[in-house]
Amino acid sequence: MEDFQFASIVVSTIRNAPVLIFAAMAGLFAERSGVVDIGLEGKILASAFVSAAVAYTYQDPWLGMAAGILVSVALALVQGFVSITQKGNQLVAGIAINIAMSGLTFVVAQYFFQQGGRTPDLGEARLTDIVLPGTALLADIPVIGWLYGSVIGGHSALVYFAFLLLPVVHWVLFHSRFGLRLRAVGENPHAADAAGVSVQQTRYAAMLIAGVLCSFSGAYLSIVQSGFFLRDMSAGAGYLALTALVFGNWRPVHTVLGCLMFGFFGALQIQIEGVDLPVVGRIPGSLIQMIPYVVTVIVLAGLMAKSVAPKALGRPFVKSR
Amino acid sequence: MKTTELPRWASGFVLPVLNLLSALLVAALVIHLLGESPVESLHILINSAVINPEGLSYTLFYASTFIFTGLAVSVAMKAGLFNIGAEGQMYLGGLGLTIAMLSFDATLSPWLLIPVGMLCAALFGAGWAFLPGYLQAKRGSHVVVTTIMFNFIAASLMNFIIVKYLIPEGDQNPASRVFSEAAAMPRLFDWFPALGDTPLNISFVLAIIALAIYGVMISRSSWGYKLQATGLNAHAAHYAGVRISRTIIVAMLISGALAGLAAVNSIMGSTHYLSLNFPAGAGFVGIAIALMGRQHPVGIFLSAVLFGALIQGGFDLSLEKPNIPQETFIFIQGLIILFCGAMENLYAPVVLKMINVRNAARSGARKG
Repeated sequence: MEDFQFASIVVSTIRNAPVLIFAAMAGLFAERSGVVDIGLEGKILASAFVSAAVAYTYQDPWLGMAAGILVSVALALVQGFVSITQKGNQLVAGIAINIAMSGLTFVVAQYFFQQGGRTPDLGEARLTDIVLPGTALLADIPVIGWLYGSVIGGHSALVYFAFLLLPVVHWVLFHSRFGLRLRAVGENPHAADAAGVSVQQTRYAAMLIAGVLCSFSGAYLSIVQSGFFLRDMSAGAGYLALTALVFGNWRPVHTVLGCLMFGFFGALQIQIEGVDLPVVGRIPGSLIQMIPYVVTVIVLAGLMAKSVAPKALGRPFVKSR
Repeated sequence: MKTTELPRWASGFVLPVLNLLSALLVAALVIHLLGESPVESLHILINSAVINPEGLSYTLFYASTFIFTGLAVSVAMKAGLFNIGAEGQMYLGGLGLTIAMLSFDATLSPWLLIPVGMLCAALFGAGWAFLPGYLQAKRGSHVVVTTIMFNFIAASLMNFIIVKYLIPEGDQNPASRVFSEAAAMPRLFDWFPALGDTPLNISFVLAIIALAIYGVMISRSSWGYKLQATGLNAHAAHYAGVRISRTIIVAMLISGALAGLAAVNSIMGSTHYLSLNFPAGAGFVGIAIALMGRQHPVGIFLSAVLFGALIQGGFDLSLEKPNIPQETFIFIQGLIILFCGAMENLYAPVVLKMINVRNAARSGARKG
């Protein structure tokens, strides 16, 4: 019985994590370039709605994802315009986008579908799980059958994409010319500028990438996980992704580990609700929900490790003369 | 002569008004796309939020909460701290006053009960803001991230406390029991029947007093000077002898206390019980109000009334026009924050140019 629970926690951790991984990788690009991305939540929500609405209307999940990318990128560019061109307050811009999208997605969903701010069930337009060849053959073998069929196999394409993203992001950030410029712009924009790197262009490019990556997070929520859009369904995922970023010290590998930790606690919370545990008895889900946030505060307090943000994070770049 | 900086009347009044108009223009466009007339909608909105006395009274009731959360965010902002946690602090403030009410509402007279409730609300709010303030001051952990975390922790914690301890036996609704009559804030209706039978209560008067105290403290006291110096340049303030970490912690305590006091209007002024998610975003609206009001008492008051009117008018509008649900006003809130808070200087170059052209024309006329 206990083994079975552990198994399902592992599987649902893998299924919970992509929402956070996509958003956190999006935030990684924006923040490494020096733009605070508190607007992740709003972008996730907008792309979740648009992906679901378009996927349902045309009965095509890929078309839905494409539409989600457009909307998320548009929002990222608005954020970029405020933060880079207007040199406005980046935190405020992000929060404004989150609040505006929380309202607008409901209004538009209600206008088009009249179902209390949700989209109809996607049905066939959901992204299907991939069953690896030979799963049925191995299914009866203990452990290996489970590992092959449910841990490695049996997920949708987006899950694999999320985990494959990690080496790619790591390479781009630390081994490509663009990554070097990105980090330079986020750490010391004046030096980068003096070296001939356009701070504005690099930051806009980072926002573009962030917009695209963030849209997968929303698409995953609506057209993979739930199969419909629901009001405020992101439920703080954007903020959690941001936290994973702080937790992971703005490094891809550590950040993804942070995402997995949050995914694990999310899975644990559902599994443990109402279960009698030895010694402690029943633990309410709301208290388990708290654990990742408390852990993050402890990390932030520098009690476990010190988290160091990119130096120019949140500061608009004003070219010195 | 060319000016390179905007005069105060332009940056303090013209720019916010232009930004507000831009936000409303985008909102009008969305309303148009939803198939409704923006002009007619605006008419309904203004009528039910300002012209109609009972509507106005509701507007001011909502504004009372927003003045407190707006002040909470403003105090922290003056010290250079971006307190996103007013929502959680207000939530905990509600817990503080509920504990006081559940313990004393059968024994104490209203004269004692209400101040005790307010005190507990302020203490709990301040307590919830202390740790983020302390961590920022002593350990350099950014107050933005910690207050976001504390909002989430508050949501889970309150969920746990309400469900586990506060629901009366046999009830399903996640809320505390209703307080006794003695715990109700005196309503302004009792003195001014013209206002209509609404929950508008003396919290509104207290909010005005709080605004006045804030105004005096910020611009007339040495503490306000230290606070602003810390916000403008912490290093310079440090060399001028200001104890930075102490100022930061005190600013967060006051900010949290004010956010906690916002719960008094919502709970003791209207519902008379603590319910799940009762702040309903008022803490976030506080951010908008602080930004739009430029942390000035008059500005905070005007923007709080504007947001109160949007909520009250929006409620009536959504009843008449089903295509414009209440959530439209959450969207409009976001737009206002975007235009007034983040793009505050959007029109500065244009306005500057207009002023320069006018000045040139004037001096030209004088010479000519």
